[in-house]
Amino acid sequence: MKFVDLHLCLPWKDEGQARRLIAKSAELGYSQIGVPLQPSIQPEAVSQMRQVCDESGLDFVKRLDLAPRSPGELLAGLRRFRRSFEVVSVFCSSKAVARQAGKDRRVDLLCFQSFDPKKLFLDTAEAELASASGAALELDMAQILSSLEGKSGVGVFTRLRREVAAANSFDVPVIFSSGASKSLLLRKPQDYAALAFLFDVEASFALEALTKNPAAVVERNRKKLSLDYVAPGVRVIKETRRL
Amino acid sequence: MTRLMRRRYLALRLDCEEPPERSEVSDAVWNAVLRLFGEVGASQAGLYLVKYDEKKRYAVLRCAHKALPLVRAAVASITRIGNAPVAVHVIRVSGTLKALSRKAASTS
Repeated sequence: MKFVDLHLCLPWKDEGQARRLIAKSAELGYSQIGVPLQPSIQPEAVSQMRQVCDESGLDFVKRLDLAPRSPGELLAGLRRFRRSFEVVSVFCSSKAVARQAGKDRRVDLLCFQSFDPKKLFLDTAEAELASASGAALELDMAQILSSLEGKSGVGVFTRLRREVAAANSFDVPVIFSSGASKSLLLRKPQDYAALAFLFDVEASFALEALTKNPAAVVERNRKKLSLDYVAPGVRVIKETRRL
Repeated sequence: MTRLMRRRYLALRLDCEEPPERSEVSDAVWNAVLRLFGEVGASQAGLYLVKYDEKKRYAVLRCAHKALPLVRAAVASITRIGNAPVAVHVIRVSGTLKALSRKAASTS
């Protein structure tokens, strides 16, 4: 089984720590990692990261995290950067942004940062939009682990249950990512699947959220970004010279 | 004759800077189960720390077979033992101690 972690926050200012995190990911059984990058990152830096991942036997995925304040800002960001990244996630900070992100086919992952049940979360309207556009709901496990530290998990689990149920009712894929920036917040994929038991997610569903669903997002986007891609279902097989 | 309670043994590896003491590990697991599943859940879990090797940071935990998902979730949720940050990874799960040590050896 090929496990994918689409959100590993590598601290590139501390290269040693970043290398340790990559090695730890490989040790824990992941085979593909998504690393959020700045839009302004130099291609040399990206190739260096790719090389470090290759050395550990990991497939490196370029990811962009957008945190727009308005739908207009989201559209501008997507227009500028979509074709430079393999995975684009949007932190939904307001209802308007969440609605726009849900209906835009260029958005791959929807993230809702806070686990406060009173704050914004994936509701059925957004799930319906996301199911039509092909976006997935991403849940950061490090955020769940941190929110449980010394506090009650009642609100967190209530909210996660509601989000997963909304996503399920419209067949929106759910993706579990580590979201870890420290190696002590990383867990084995099977441990994340076990953790999902806390918000009533079955083991098979949890394993899909760590394998099939994220791999499908990466594969779809790599096809789209390849040079021979024309449109969904259409690609260049052979180029012939014009007479 | 069949046993009254089927058991599962979990081989755990602790990721931390300073290895905690045996009692701290046991307390951390118990507290995690209690916090997440309450006293009824903890009473059904049948938890017991069979073995703890401080040097290797390796532990073997016993629980009731029916409580395995609950115990795995609780173990994964542990982020601190005492005051030190820690990650607890389940290496293997088995029905007997003998098979567990064989499987854990082959994994490591």
